Formats: sequence, structure tokens, C-alpha cells
Amino acid sequence: MLVYVIRRLGQAALVLAVMATLVFIAVYAVGDPVAILASPQADQQEMEAITRRLGLDRPLYEQYALFVWNALHGDLGRSFVYNEPALTLILNRLPATLELALTALLISIFVGIPLGLYAGLKPQSLGGHSIMAGSILGFSLPNFWQGLMLVLLFSVMLGWFPAGGRGTTRDLFGVPVSFLTLDGLAHLILPALNLALYKMALVIRLTRAGTREVMLQDYIRFARAKGLSQTRVIGVHVLKNILIPVVTVLGLELGSMIAFAVVTETVFAYPGIGKLLIDSIGRLDRPVIVAYLMLTVVMFVIINLVVDLIYAAIDPRVRLEEAKA
Amino acid sequence: MSDPVLSVRDLVVEFSSREGVLTAVNGVSFDVAAGEVLGLVGESGSGKSVTGLAVLGLIDPPGRIASGSIRLKGEELTCKSEPELRRLRGRDIAMIFQDPMTTLNPVLRVDTQMIEAIRAHEKVSERAARDRAREALARVGIPSPEERLVSYPHQFSGGMRQRVAIAIALLHRPAVLVADEPTTALDVTIQAQILSEVQQLAAESGTALVWITHDLSVVAGLADRVAVMYAGRIVEEGRVADVLERPAHPYTNGLIGSVPSRNRRGEPLAQIPGMTPSLANLPTGCAFAPRCPRADAACTTPPGVTRAGDARAFRCFHPLIPVEAAA
Repeated sequence: MLVYVIRRLGQAALVLAVMATLVFIAVYAVGDPVAILASPQADQQEMEAITRRLGLDRPLYEQYALFVWNALHGDLGRSFVYNEPALTLILNRLPATLELALTALLISIFVGIPLGLYAGLKPQSLGGHSIMAGSILGFSLPNFWQGLMLVLLFSVMLGWFPAGGRGTTRDLFGVPVSFLTLDGLAHLILPALNLALYKMALVIRLTRAGTREVMLQDYIRFARAKGLSQTRVIGVHVLKNILIPVVTVLGLELGSMIAFAVVTETVFAYPGIGKLLIDSIGRLDRPVIVAYLMLTVVMFVIINLVVDLIYAAIDPRVRLEEAKA
Repeated sequence: MSDPVLSVRDLVVEFSSREGVLTAVNGVSFDVAAGEVLGLVGESGSGKSVTGLAVLGLIDPPGRIASGSIRLKGEELTCKSEPELRRLRGRDIAMIFQDPMTTLNPVLRVDTQMIEAIRAHEKVSERAARDRAREALARVGIPSPEERLVSYPHQFSGGMRQRVAIAIALLHRPAVLVADEPTTALDVTIQAQILSEVQQLAAESGTALVWITHDLSVVAGLADRVAVMYAGRIVEEGRVADVLERPAHPYTNGLIGSVPSRNRRGEPLAQIPGMTPSLANLPTGCAFAPRCPRADAACTTPPGVTRAGDARAFRCFHPLIPVEAAA
């Protein structure tokens, strides 16, 4: 078990190093941030001063060596634009995105699984067909369009929720969160719903497919032959079996929801890391981009590890040691 | 014969499909008395498993019990609601299935699956249920039952899993146990052990057994009476010794002839020509007629039941035993 975790972390370090190198070089190749940062009136001298200050006058290998050296000491560089440490910049905005992604995850689980179960148990019913049709919409309509429609319906026409921003926050263990205030919650619902729609559709389909398959298994028939109630058969025997693929997929999706909530955050002007990334790419703010992606890799590794652990908890046949092979 | 504990009369089970309504079980009748073992024999698709499921009320849509009666200890089951049936299942009538690898839920521990079965019918404490589960495991010959209780199904061998399933099925000492080919997937040696154990356990608790199988040698060793099914009908029924030694129906005769040990070394194995007919496309008369060496023009109408002596019956115009015995 411990060996397994250490092994996984070792692999993660390797991925991290390769990814950082690739991104570093790629952003260098894309263009010169000085041209974007300096004011249009700046003359040659001012431009060179900025270049020197940012350390961009040195050859690539020197820049890279410096980056690696600093990174090993826990310093991922300062943002070209904000002149703040890149990591601080990201971590300051991370709670907003985490809150958004976790809310979306909860919505997709607590709405998606019951709907999927229903559709799986009654595939021929009107309800079952409607759920499946709805999930196709969740899949296929572009995310930004869904976001715009949510704003149009719930903010503009009905006026139930605000159209954008984060709302009032309150500190929970020193982290500003918005779900503790009514205003914050109102601001959170639409973006979270927008982010959740696609995952919900995914969960519905996975749950339905799983349910239909599991219902035909002999052990379900045997459970019924034992005289168990329908609630027990579905709530324990069916649910525990279909959770395995759902957990796997949701684990991966949680990572992508946190890392790439870009579209939703842009549509709802939500001050999370997704919006920071988009802005940074636009300004070729290399330290922020690299730090952001490194953080993303770390996050994915951790989430995958947790998923594996949950996996072992719900499926006794999974032996973590075997994964070494 | 004493009063039957399970009595099935003219049972018809239909499945609606794209090709129309398929009759999987067509007018099946049989009785089983307490402590008796009835072998239900037939090829795949003959309707024997569906009959077993129907007895427990486990036929799911698109299938349904179209007509007929199923009486358990004199109580009619076909008109009972699902909650009423649920209370009977596992307590008065239990079932075990063919593949022990798939009858236990892979993600639940054995104790969970046993305790829930006990507590589905009796209000007992977790601890008392656990004690009973342990005793039940010991009774079916599982070594160190206390440790095995906290194991998962994948940690058992096939034979052990089937023992666990049998232990679960017999937890409430049901009046009837329907066993749907429970030994087919096992090694011969394990099969023999399990057969004798089930026989003994059933005899101890006076449980009537309906043993569904395609294996005549199992029936020969285990059952008191045998009913042979073909295309949804019971074509022959009687005491095991009578039926196996003097089969009346050509199909039964063909089945017996197909047992490999009956054939002589070096000669081609005997077989019944042709295949089981599709349910969507049954002949109007005797369903076996197209494969039958004795069929003639009479066989284009459905044969009725001929009774021959004590507890012997068959559906055939040209039986292999003298019809005078019918008197």
C-alpha cells in the first residue's frame, strides 16, 4: 500500500518535470511578452529595460536553468503582469474555483445518480426516455451556450439569481468561501449548475448503463429470491456495483472541472483560476501559465490517488498492490 | 402421495417480443410433497428455468404468468402482490442458481449477504443473525466459518460459493427449494459432494426439492420423481426408476441414449437429430414430431396426456411402452 503510494508519487514527479519543461519552452516559442506588456509609446530603451528586468535577455537554457533552480527551492517565479509570485496569485483564486467545482460535483452526483437509476430501472417509461433525451442535450449543447441560456432564463427573465461575479464571502478556516452567505450561494448556483450539466449527463448515462447491466445479474435475482425488499436490492446490491465506474469517471472529471472551469468562469465573470489562466495566456505571462499547469498536474495525481483508494474501498476485488504489475 | 406442498397447475408463462407472444411454459402441471425431490429435466430453452422462476414470482417483464395456478402449502401465489410474494421468498420458498460465480454479490461480504437474508424475514438482532449465519455456514461444510463470514465471494472457490448460496437458501428452512442446475458449473467431485449435502439438508428440514437440470445422471442419483420438459411442456413424468428404465416418450428415450456412458466405445455417439424448435415457430402438433423417428400423421395434432399406472404420465401418440399399462 505504502509502496504503491510512493510509486505513484514518483511517477507524478516525472510527469511534472516533463510537463514543466515542455510548457516552458512552448511559451517561450510563442512570442515575446514584452511586446504585450510595454505600453505602445515605449521606446527601444524602455523595452530593453523591461526585458532585462524580467530576465528575458538571457539565452533560453539560462532562463530554464534558473527556473529549475528556483522551482526546486519552491519558487515558481513572479508574474510578469502582476509582479507577484505566480503561486500566490493562483492560490488566492483557487478557493473560488474549488468551491465552484465541488458544488458542481455534488450537483452531478446527487441529481445524476438518482435520475440514472430511474432511467435504468424503467427504461421504457416516459420518465426514462425524457431523462435520456435531456442527458443528450447536456452532452451535446456547447457549455458556453448552456451558460448563456442559464443567465438569460434565471437572471434576465426570471431574475432569480445574479448573472455573474462571486458575491459575499465569509472566511472558513481562513479560506474565503461563498456558500455560507445567502448572497454568495445565489452567485454560486448558476455557474455551478452550468459546470455540472455535462458531468450530470455523463453520470446519468453511466448510472443507467450500469443499472441495466447489473439488474440482469444472477446476484440481483438471488437477492430478490432471498426476499429482500426492492429498496434494499437497489440501494445496496445495485448501487454499490454501479458506483465503481461512476467514481472513476467523476474523479477524472473533478480534476478537469477544477483545472478547466475556464468557459464557465468566463461566461459568469467568476473570479477563479480558469479566468486567470485565460488572461495569462493572452498576455504570455509565462510564470503563471507554467505554475498553473504544474499545479494542475499535482492536483490530477492526488485526485487519481484518492480515486484508487475509494475504488479499493468499494470493490474488494481491487488489490492496490496488483496495480504495480 | 401425501398432500403436495407445492402444486403447479396448467402454468402458462408468456414473453412478449418483437416476433409476437412467445409461450415459454405451456400448461405445465406438477406436484411436490414435503421431503420429496422432483427432477425437472430438459434441454436449454425447454422452459425449465422459467418454470422455476415463475414459482418464485420472479418473472420480469416482458414476461408474465398468463394463466394457471401455483399453490404453496395450499396458498395461491399467482394472485399475490409483490410485497406478499417478497415475504414468502426466502422464507417459505427459496431458489439457488446455476453459476456460483455470479449468484453472490461480488462487492458485499458474505456476512452482509447472509444477515440481510435473515433479517429480511425475522426481527432478530445483528448479533443473533450473525450467530445463525455462522451455524448455517458450518452446516454446509465450510471450514472455519467465523473467518469465512468476513470474506468476500471472490475469496471462495466455486464449490464453496455454491455452498454459501445453499446455506443462504436454507436459512429459513423453506418448504420448497428450487435448484436451477446448481451443480452444472462445478467439478464432478464437488458436484457429488454438494448433491449429497443438499439431499441430506433437505431431508433434515423436510424441504421439498425441485431440481432443474439437463443431466440425467444427477436425476438418477438424486430425484424421487422426474418430469421431462420439451418446448415448454412436460412430455413425460413418473418415478425416476420407471422413466429412466422404460421411457414412454421418444424424446426421453433420445435423452437417455445421448448420455455418453451409455454408448459403446468406438461407435459414434448417439444423438437426437435436429435442434430444439424456436418458441416463435413451434409445430402445431407435437413439438417433438419433426425430430421424432416414430412420428406420423397423427402427430400433427397436439397429443393429450396419457396416464399410465401410478404417477406415470406422458404426451405421445406412439409411446415406447405398451399402452395397456394405462389401465
